Amino acid sequence: MDLSFSADEVSFREEVRSFVRDNLPAAIRDKLASGRHAGKEDIVAWTRILAAKGWSVPHWPVEWGGTGWSPIKLLIFNDEIQRGHAPESLAFGSSMVGPVIYTFGSQAQKERFLPRIVDLSDWWCQGFSEPGAGSDLAGLRTSAKREGDGWVLNGQKTWTTLAQYADWIFVLARTDASVKKQEGISFFLVDMKSPGITVRPIQTIDGGHEVNEVFLDNVKIPAENIVGQENKGWDYAKFLLSNERSGIARVGVSKARLAKIRRLAALPTYGDRPKMDDPLFRMKLAAVEVELKALEMTQMRVISAIRPGEKPKPNPMSSVLKIKGSELQQATTELLMDVVGPYALPFQPEREDGERWNEPPVGPDWASTIAPTYFNTRKVSIYGGSNEIQRSIIAKAILGL
Amino acid sequence: MDFDLSDEQRQLSDNLARLMKERYGFESRKAYGAAALGFSEELWRQYAELGLLGAPFAEADGGFGGGAVETMLIEEAFGRALVLEPYLPTVVLGGGVLRHGASQAQREAMISAIAAGELRLALAHAERGSGFNLFDVATSARKDGTAWVLDGEKGLVLNGDSAQKLIVLARTAGGRREKGGLGLFLVDAAAPGVARRGYPTQDGLRAAEITLTNVRVDAEEVIGDPEGAGVVLERVVEDAIAALCAEAVGAMTEAMEITTEYLKTRKQFGVPIGSFQALQHRAAEMVVALEQARSMMMFATMMTSEADAGERAKAISAAKTQIGRSAKFIGQQATQLHGGIAMTYEYKLGHLFKRLTMIDLAFGDADEHLKRLSERDGLFG
Repeated sequence: MDLSFSADEVSFREEVRSFVRDNLPAAIRDKLASGRHAGKEDIVAWTRILAAKGWSVPHWPVEWGGTGWSPIKLLIFNDEIQRGHAPESLAFGSSMVGPVIYTFGSQAQKERFLPRIVDLSDWWCQGFSEPGAGSDLAGLRTSAKREGDGWVLNGQKTWTTLAQYADWIFVLARTDASVKKQEGISFFLVDMKSPGITVRPIQTIDGGHEVNEVFLDNVKIPAENIVGQENKGWDYAKFLLSNERSGIARVGVSKARLAKIRRLAALPTYGDRPKMDDPLFRMKLAAVEVELKALEMTQMRVISAIRPGEKPKPNPMSSVLKIKGSELQQATTELLMDVVGPYALPFQPEREDGERWNEPPVGPDWASTIAPTYFNTRKVSIYGGSNEIQRSIIAKAILGL
Repeated sequence: MDFDLSDEQRQLSDNLARLMKERYGFESRKAYGAAALGFSEELWRQYAELGLLGAPFAEADGGFGGGAVETMLIEEAFGRALVLEPYLPTVVLGGGVLRHGASQAQREAMISAIAAGELRLALAHAERGSGFNLFDVATSARKDGTAWVLDGEKGLVLNGDSAQKLIVLARTAGGRREKGGLGLFLVDAAAPGVARRGYPTQDGLRAAEITLTNVRVDAEEVIGDPEGAGVVLERVVEDAIAALCAEAVGAMTEAMEITTEYLKTRKQFGVPIGSFQALQHRAAEMVVALEQARSMMMFATMMTSEADAGERAKAISAAKTQIGRSAKFIGQQATQLHGGIAMTYEYKLGHLFKRLTMIDLAFGDADEHLKRLSERDGLFG
């Protein structure tokens, strides 16, 4: 047992860190460091910089553009991306539909879609949740019916993140209503330009526009756009949901936010002493750091249990990572609220477009994103299988209850 | 980064598991606890035969050249079984003082005896007013020719009533709470002027109050610099905290398993109570707390050999905080999930809970270590 990073892993971290430092455009870095969101053009620009280096889908099989890195190296890579304030890759393509296609898709689907995910020529979004199917995803009602040599889709998807930019959407739809609900679902690839698709924005609690409703009204798609076998979509969806093990805890995001908290808390914002001098605040901060250090180690344990060459399989420990990781992301946003104090109050959504805004901010120039981030981050214990769903998974899959 | 055990370590772990299974059922433990010394002398000899008592010592000193990982494996197994034998006082605390502070002659004189199961130690450091401050020492050591004379009272001396030798922390110079001016003195438990009052502890172990009146200690029985023991003690306590983290993880693992089994077998309203979601979610939170604790146990184990004292201290405080919090949560939840049966003296769970509670209080509880950590720079560079 040797829990220190090997010399090779240390130099790899340094290589990634310098690459991010030297190649991430300063405007994007500053935007993310200040707590604002990466726009479509930022994510595309950065993905293409990574793609040119061969690093845009590092966890994929080498034949489709992956790197062959060990699980620990993949973890270090994600950590450095998050720590360096670079945009994260668009998960809907690289971590969700991409792995489904290279694992279950046809050769034609692989050749058609995978290269366009690698350089983000296609922007994917996820058509899973519905107004009546949240935690009970298998209860979805969107239908797909055979018509001629294709399929016709009808239904409504919701919480569709960044669908406003999407070229394609992967959709779970019911293809057999006469069987057990999990056994009548199929997995489709749908062009967002298809007639009958309407995208309507949902404004979130922080005032932002990340998520949408997507309406499918007699949307015709060609027969070849079903993935794998008809009525096996639930298996592919479960694979997709449990596949993204290394990123789920988002330790790097929380670490980056802790660094920000320490930087801002050292500023003499109110009175004659910085927040950092408050012993109660310091104890709260230390408590979050302890849990995050433990989570980082837990994540390493989970990751290093994957043997090289082994096919990823669902691991209920990822539920532990999800619960603790989401709680800690939320805890860090609460600490930022402690730091900003009363100047959390002004609502200045226009500052999201910082470079186009000429008026000086109300209050400290770093304050405006903190309350929206706090409110927005409540989502992390709800999405991706709510923490209650994760607890039920632990109870069943780990404890056998 | 590598979480795998070596073949030797895996074998050690297997041997321990087998021994605990065969010899340390909860009923056996009750019998050992009722024996004269409050533990099993026969098992102590078996630990010696298995090489456990010499595990962390250098081969040159008569040990088996193991390290923090071996100690972790041993303490984790002992934690599961709620072992009563004085491994922590003798091997980790007393042995730690020898490893980190003693002369070659002192190590030669004692380590083989410890490894052979012939010598048991106790570290007499804490006093009535010390709290969690290791350096709050009123017991005095004054020079008399080349010898030293000790006077004072020690309060919570683990294994203090049956150890053959005591290692006494006493002040040779400086003010009552100063880190400097402390010495460690090796005192025969039967020496004139040593009075011991043994007592049982909440968690079924034994400890003693020890009064030292004009106790003479020869110069060769002083361990290291008579004014510089503070640094040695700090290091020994860091090792002990890592060991206690492992013992706690063992106890938490056992509590988790007992509780899970109970949830599957206990029926109410015609069904196993583990089918109720309110109980399932409590149990799931215990899994999260246990895994976080296990991670920090490994982190502490690794960091005991860190050369940078500041980084080491932060890591140990972080681990003790996590272990203390997880232990309290798991102990309380496991009790609640059992209901009434957990309140009985004859059931193992309550004893795990008590041991976990006392581990939190040893060498600084979760709040104390969180406070220490908060006074330093962060855990993430």
